[in-house]
Amino acid sequence: MHPALQGLLTIVIGVGSCIGYFWASNQFLDRVLFPARGPNAGRNINRANMIRPWLFLFPALFALTLYLAYPVFETLRLSLTDRDQGGAFIGLANYTQMMGESKFWEAMGNNMLWLIVVPALSTAFGLLAAQLTDRIGWGNIAKSLIFMPMAISFVGAAVIWKLVYDARPPDAEQIGVLNALYVWFTGNDPAQWLTIPFWNNFFLMIVLVWIQTGFAMVILSAALRGIPEETVEAAIVDGANPFQIFFKIKVPQIMPTIMVVWTTITLVVLKIFDIVFAMTNGQWGTQVLANYMFDKLFRANDWGVGSASAIVIMLLVTPILVWNVRQARKEMR
Amino acid sequence: MDNIAGHKSSLTWAVHISVVLLVALWLFPTVGLFVSSFRTADQIASSGWWNALFPTEQSLTLRTDSPEEQVQQDGVYVLEGNLFMVEGREAAPISSYGTSSRDISAFAPGEEAELRRGGTITVQENGDYRLVSDEEIAGGRGIRIFVTAEIPPEFTLRNYDTVLGQDVVKRLAIYIAAAAILWGVMRYTLAAQPAIVAQGAPVVGGLVLLVLLAATIGLSSGAAEGAQTTDDMGRAFFSTLTVTVPATIIPIVVAAFAAYALAWMDFPGRALLIAFVVGLLVVPLQLALIPLLKLHLAIGIGKGYLGVWLAHTGFGLPLAVYLLRNYMAGLPRDIIENARVDGATEFQIFTKIILPLSFPALASFAIFQFLWTWNDLLVAKVFLIDATGQTTVMTNQIVELLGTRGGNWEILATAAFVSIAVPLVVFFAMQRYLVRGLLAGSVK
Repeated sequence: MHPALQGLLTIVIGVGSCIGYFWASNQFLDRVLFPARGPNAGRNINRANMIRPWLFLFPALFALTLYLAYPVFETLRLSLTDRDQGGAFIGLANYTQMMGESKFWEAMGNNMLWLIVVPALSTAFGLLAAQLTDRIGWGNIAKSLIFMPMAISFVGAAVIWKLVYDARPPDAEQIGVLNALYVWFTGNDPAQWLTIPFWNNFFLMIVLVWIQTGFAMVILSAALRGIPEETVEAAIVDGANPFQIFFKIKVPQIMPTIMVVWTTITLVVLKIFDIVFAMTNGQWGTQVLANYMFDKLFRANDWGVGSASAIVIMLLVTPILVWNVRQARKEMR
Repeated sequence: MDNIAGHKSSLTWAVHISVVLLVALWLFPTVGLFVSSFRTADQIASSGWWNALFPTEQSLTLRTDSPEEQVQQDGVYVLEGNLFMVEGREAAPISSYGTSSRDISAFAPGEEAELRRGGTITVQENGDYRLVSDEEIAGGRGIRIFVTAEIPPEFTLRNYDTVLGQDVVKRLAIYIAAAAILWGVMRYTLAAQPAIVAQGAPVVGGLVLLVLLAATIGLSSGAAEGAQTTDDMGRAFFSTLTVTVPATIIPIVVAAFAAYALAWMDFPGRALLIAFVVGLLVVPLQLALIPLLKLHLAIGIGKGYLGVWLAHTGFGLPLAVYLLRNYMAGLPRDIIENARVDGATEFQIFTKIILPLSFPALASFAIFQFLWTWNDLLVAKVFLIDATGQTTVMTNQIVELLGTRGGNWEILATAAFVSIAVPLVVFFAMQRYLVRGLLAGSVK
């Protein structure tokens, strides 16, 4: 069957069976199991209302548990077992093996670099863009253009930026804009930007900053608009200049939002895979954890070390997870 | 206060200029890819795309007509014609020409040049040439002439023909127009229906028509040059669509019911469940890859569309439940309690009241999930793409092109732009909902 028809059929079956399940299970509950009639009508209604939430929740909870909660524990278990010996428990051997690999430490080091640079730059540019575009008439158009890279896939962005970084032989016309400028200004030979050790990491980070700035801008711009006018007016009356108003009045008031933006981008950075995979595939000292894990899983076929590196990513995410859950619980009270 | 007012106008200019610079900087890379996808391989290799809008000095190697066409006039052999006509090119003003590859700009137009094999040639600015020789001109092919000319900007759809197949762009435009008309008609006839039907049904109808037209009539009018890429990119487009649409719709249905229960039903453990969902929101999907792949292989789903639909559904659910619950919890309590008092069942309240009211939240999640599944590489690589290479998605196709045709920018740029175009259209059409969803998800 044609995959497109298969897809349509799946939508019909999937959506139909979901709705059918919800409808039928509710009917069953109200008509057969605990009918709101007869001598026990009152007790039955109460019982039905105790069960109903779980009918509504069941498919989602089932999928969440199976597709996200269970894998966390299964991955943990796999990271402690040896794949070759039929899954025998081998303790921390996978971790020790991983720690002994220089590629792993390269990936850790690079990830830390990404963790510092990308959220900082994205938030800073986002804040700048938000503050500037809020003051002008065509700000919304400007915003939507800066926001646009959000819609572009990491792979698409990788191609876009590979064109920017492209290098031709020294005597040829440069078609990558960075080298064209570089050659024009300095007169040096064009550089292969993605193979310069250490600095090539930054050329990869620029791609993610380019994508994430729009996100930071949208959120921070909403926060900036939420600042009470009086605080700004009071500062003007007191003779503060625009920079003082921005840094001493506005930024402190939106600090919680800045934190949210920062952590959200941090999460993206921890999982970054596509950009590195498409642009350098971890060569020339640009390895990151997610790509290292992919390498271990699907190239070296070493599921033990692959799981161990996945657990490392999970450990790095955990502080944010705990913080998020605590925030959510605080709000609910 | 005067001071501040005076300050403001100079500052406003600075703001305008900075924003222009910022926008230009952010737009520049994408525009580069867009422009490059409309240029030929020669153009891309010989000048940066930023020169594409201006005429460029290019060195061309042209040939005279074949010596067979020479005529004898007054005792000498003469070959006449236009250099550009020979190759079927657009004429362009020639600034200099040469007869040897070592000195390609030895002569100005109108000057007479000696040919090595004997005889002389004169090339005019418009490409007209006159070759005069005492002896018969020998050789099977025309004589090579090196010209430097101002080539006007030139754009072509040929790359799209190569990447997608002949006439795909044209046909797609017609189908989209048809789908848009259907959308308009449905929008008009359903205007009186509730918002969810009035806005949702036309979109679904239009998409279905588009897919049906493409599947029945087909997009390509025949095999094009470079058949390898052609097939793969065209097929990858439909694979991506096949992955994306069910993976967007199914989690919405599943999540909506759960979100309603978490927002408006009272039961023990509700707060704990919400915390559970918030926690899962940040679990990296990298952890899920191995266990789920093992599970899929064990229960017989294997690698394929079903697996990737299930995976995307699972990974999209936390955000869906979270966004929808937050939105539903903000709906006015009175409406729901009135309905309960009037004897509506929970199922009726949900389908008749909550779902239509939650349309903005449903739309924003749908956009997130659509963008995420369309742009995804990792999940498709793990759950969809098997060794046979029968199924693929566009992102994977582009990564492979990067590996095999890293230098063919005309192919790469076009392929990348094809994959970017759809999300960009969705982005600009539904930006309002996207922003709303982002704010609901992050600013608390």
